[in-house]
Amino acid sequence: MSPISRGFLGRRHRVDDPSRVPPGQYVTEDFPVLSAGPTPHTPLDQWTFEIAGEVDQPASWSWEEFLALPAETPTVDIHCVTKWSKLDTPWKGVSVDTLLERVVTEAGYLTAFCDGGYTTNLALEDVTDGKAWVAYEFAGAPLESEHGGPARLLVPHLYFWKSAKWVRGLRLTATDAPGFWEGYGYHNHGDPWLEQRYQGD
Amino acid sequence: MVELVDETPRTKSLVLDLPDWQGHRAGQHVDVRLTAEDGYQAERSYSIASSPEDAQLVLTVERLDDGEVSPYLVDVLRPGDELELRGPIGGYFVWEESLGGPLLLVAGGSGVVPFRAMLRHRLASGSDVAVRLLYSSRSLDQVIYRKELEEAGTAEGIEVDLTLTREWPEDWKGHRGRIDAQLLEQVGWSPADRPQIYSCGPTPLVESVADSLVAAGHDQRRIRLERFGPTGT
Repeated sequence: MSPISRGFLGRRHRVDDPSRVPPGQYVTEDFPVLSAGPTPHTPLDQWTFEIAGEVDQPASWSWEEFLALPAETPTVDIHCVTKWSKLDTPWKGVSVDTLLERVVTEAGYLTAFCDGGYTTNLALEDVTDGKAWVAYEFAGAPLESEHGGPARLLVPHLYFWKSAKWVRGLRLTATDAPGFWEGYGYHNHGDPWLEQRYQGD
Repeated sequence: MVELVDETPRTKSLVLDLPDWQGHRAGQHVDVRLTAEDGYQAERSYSIASSPEDAQLVLTVERLDDGEVSPYLVDVLRPGDELELRGPIGGYFVWEESLGGPLLLVAGGSGVVPFRAMLRHRLASGSDVAVRLLYSSRSLDQVIYRKELEEAGTAEGIEVDLTLTREWPEDWKGHRGRIDAQLLEQVGWSPADRPQIYSCGPTPLVESVADSLVAAGHDQRRIRLERFGPTGT
């Protein structure tokens, strides 16, 4: 039970629809930038996307090959563990289902790996059946590097640190292993509706 | 909360007495949760300004005019009031002696708060790691911890450089203008010194500092960033 904060009224956002804004979050119109290290700038002719690890045959796409894959344009709500949520964000990218069609795997987990060394871990079931994309456009324009361009993972049903910026591939694994923030005390799963912000939530 | 300290016209330090505090590392933050009488809650993150060695936990909060939590903490909260906190949080943007140095700390505005914790920890722990702090403010009256930083800058192995970006006194002997590649080269370490680098402040400053440092040849894996803004942490 939280103590009452004497004299606190709050600046409530009337637009905050509780069915769309998870507990502890507030809606912003901005697109805040949060990342732990410098923004990498990989030239597109050196960019590849890989599916590696426990697969029959690793798959890899060049930038041009990646853009030629069937794309989707999801409009989704995103939720950052630092408390902001942004509603109706329009993306374009390739469904992770489409990428996984290229491999045969019995893995149950994956680690997304990125330029700059960032990683995050996910259960395969959290990125399949239309739940995740590798996105390269935001609001009709190429994704800006500070927001993860040329391409970032988009897993909108989990806190946004799972939507790894500058993603370069998915390493499929039989067992679950913590990624970058998961190793620094953040929750392993990160469901915003269950407020799984930190370990122990 | 036991004490409220005016730092600048927009910034106050909250001194907290926490009976069950588990301790923290320099650079970590806490989540502050406010609860209205009808149960409405708002939560934001604030960097810890005190060192692990300090007896009381200190948060330094800048009032954001369109903010929800910071105006309450700066204008309404009074000594004796209770505050609900969660933490410490974050294990990456921290410095402790075992990480070594030398250290380059680059701050903009209230981004200096975690660096106060690191400087105090460096001094209190008896570490001899060399530290250089470069801190950008709009004007002299916006400089947080000015006296304390000037004093820290007189300690062996610690250098503090201030730059003012909007206005400065006529006799100002510090730097003028925004932090750019040239100032970082002048004040910071050479990549050959392999410094541990931390930068905290508004996103444009942190982005530009990190880009300049990488371009100058610093190892991106030794650059740790923390950004904030009206909508970030």
